Amino acid sequence: MTLLAAVLPTASGAQFPVIADFSHDNGWIWLLKAVAIIVFLLTSVLIAIWFERKVVGRMQVRPGPNVHGPFGLLQSLADAMKLLFKEDITVKAADKLVYIVAPMIAVFCSLLTYAVIPFGPAVSMFGIVTPLQLTDFPVAILYILACASVGVYGIVLGGWSSGSTYPLLGSVRSTAQVISYELAMGLSLVSVFIIAGSMSTSQIVNSQTTVWWFLPLLPAFVIYVISMVGETNRLPFDLPEAEGELVSGYMTEYSSMKFAWFFLAEYINMLNVSAVATTLFFGGWRAPWPLSAINDGMFNLGWWPALWFIAKVWLFMFLFVWIRGTLLRFRYDQFMTFGWKVLIPAALGWVVCVSVVQGVRQFSGLDLRAILFGLAGVVLLGVLVSFLIPEKKPQPGPGAGGRSEEFDPFAGGYPVPPMPGQALPPSPRAQRAAARTASVADRTETPQVTQEVHGG
Amino acid sequence: MSVLATAIPAALTGILPMSLTSAGVTTSAEAVLFWVLGPVMVLAALGLLFARKAVHAAMSVVVVMISLAFLYVAQDAPFLGVVQVVVYTGAIMMLFLFVLMLVGVDASDSLVETIRGQRWIGLLAGAGLAVVLVGVAVRATYPKPAGLQVPNADSNPVGIARIIFGDYAFALEVVGALLVVAALGALVLTHRQRLVPRIGQKERADSRVAKGERLTPLPAPGVYARHNAMDVPALDPRGNPIEESVSRVLRVRGQEQGARVLDTAVGTLVATPHEAAAPPGAVPPGLPAMPPATRVDPGTPTEEGL
Repeated sequence: MTLLAAVLPTASGAQFPVIADFSHDNGWIWLLKAVAIIVFLLTSVLIAIWFERKVVGRMQVRPGPNVHGPFGLLQSLADAMKLLFKEDITVKAADKLVYIVAPMIAVFCSLLTYAVIPFGPAVSMFGIVTPLQLTDFPVAILYILACASVGVYGIVLGGWSSGSTYPLLGSVRSTAQVISYELAMGLSLVSVFIIAGSMSTSQIVNSQTTVWWFLPLLPAFVIYVISMVGETNRLPFDLPEAEGELVSGYMTEYSSMKFAWFFLAEYINMLNVSAVATTLFFGGWRAPWPLSAINDGMFNLGWWPALWFIAKVWLFMFLFVWIRGTLLRFRYDQFMTFGWKVLIPAALGWVVCVSVVQGVRQFSGLDLRAILFGLAGVVLLGVLVSFLIPEKKPQPGPGAGGRSEEFDPFAGGYPVPPMPGQALPPSPRAQRAAARTASVADRTETPQVTQEVHGG
Repeated sequence: MSVLATAIPAALTGILPMSLTSAGVTTSAEAVLFWVLGPVMVLAALGLLFARKAVHAAMSVVVVMISLAFLYVAQDAPFLGVVQVVVYTGAIMMLFLFVLMLVGVDASDSLVETIRGQRWIGLLAGAGLAVVLVGVAVRATYPKPAGLQVPNADSNPVGIARIIFGDYAFALEVVGALLVVAALGALVLTHRQRLVPRIGQKERADSRVAKGERLTPLPAPGVYARHNAMDVPALDPRGNPIEESVSRVLRVRGQEQGARVLDTAVGTLVATPHEAAAPPGAVPPGLPAMPPATRVDPGTPTEEGL
């Protein structure tokens, strides 16, 4: 709480909608930055594929790719070459135009996001002082959301135009997934907008000078991380391309370069959501704490911040791989229930809390500490009241009432588990303990279960 | 193309501050954008009318929406432009597509008139609307454009927030209440009371165990090293064909190789190792000798058994 109190007053100003100053940029600088972003993204994807296979390999106690190049680094290059030279098949039942355009939409939209992501503060590029960011505007984060939502058309149309059942099912799933998880994602970002007082990326990074938002806005951060995995169709949310059920979902009928484009889009999208998480919650290009204090913030100037930014993005990429190596795929109904009944209400509730705190601070001039103590009191009261409400008794299930026959735990001479509706009798030890406390006359009775029978 | 992708936002924001010159005339950059996007939008709108497939029509609408968003952004309204894409393209059109795909991929509309003379009434009304619109557009005179420099002084989102939550706060609340009521109405109308207890995964599993049905997945069809075709039933450890292992569809169609074909093969197979008279060559290669067992007659596959 004291942490919050220390931080929040600094982040109230919304005087400058966009902090980064692009006034010195000319056409050449734009082109240079755009090309640099493309090169960064494409090489990152090559490295990400290698990284993922290597890390998952380590987690599953096997070496992963280790044949081509040092540490198997050239494996993804070889794979890319193979995809390029494969035969490009257009299936007969396909809706030709949409079939070809769909992967292009996916890649095109995934490339748009990094345009507004700040890699660093202003640097000098060939004598021109310019921010390490292609562009920024007052609704930059909304622009990222818009690009992501258009990018999904690639998946949906690709599945539809293949003229085949599995891809269609994959694309229907992906539509439902995006509609439900983008809501939670957008809501989790709103609390950052409220606290930072802006939707421009450079301004949001600027507002995280003292503390990164993932600490005071931890619930929003958790919701964002969950929904970003859902948004990129990665395990455990990869239902649109569930291999066990849908072959490979919307990509089933694609081959060669068109398949490669979907693949590329998926990995660039991973980089995109990682970059958004870094920018909004992890301080963007700012150096981590002990480093940021060295030599009056030397590491927050010049070209250094690009290093911190890329390191943080790869931290999230590792998280993606870690999750993939750890968790199993959800069942479809569990996934939808989780999105609509857990994530969205939680995100909504959190946004209400943040806006109430921020609103009371702005309009009443109350001390933040007093507000937070008041809120804690309300929550405590709610918890206390919840203890007074009696718990609901579970309704007896449909199968429970039907069976009442005696349970024989050693039917046929082997130990067997109880059937549904039957209850396991108390263990011999528990029976002995019960018998000991009973009268002496009872002790002579034979126990229900003889312990002498050892199945085998 | 890729460079173009990242360059688009830069180019768009680049023309932002100068979308209106001091003379009150739009800049040439905006004019070029308009004359490029205008024909695209008209073509896409015509595509909506004349597309054969519903998904193509939906795509045309998406093109119109995104082009419109570009124009909004070029006219100093970035918030409107971006929200247009997020809400309409990203959510509402996606919902349309979802419904289209659920209803059926190639479901074509029936062209039978449900209301008598529907087409002529439609044409007449359309012509009337066109006359009115053309008349208004031709006769209209525009005041000198004021530009958005003043309202956008504190950035576009802040300016919009002032108007919506300041000047039109009441209207916003009313619309909000209306939407909440509509959402509740949808819930109430589609709500069904649960008359029987819910049967979930746990209950299904319990009932399967209680009934004593097969708990494991069905065995795959095909006999090791002899057949691996879909239409040949698998063999159990005693050498009897398992009818269930063949796909139900094949059994219904009567396309399985069935016990009939396999019966003789299996008969020799099971019997041979224990008949001293049989030459060793009679054992089919690749099949292990089956344990001595009393063979159960597999029976003929029947329709009732499915």
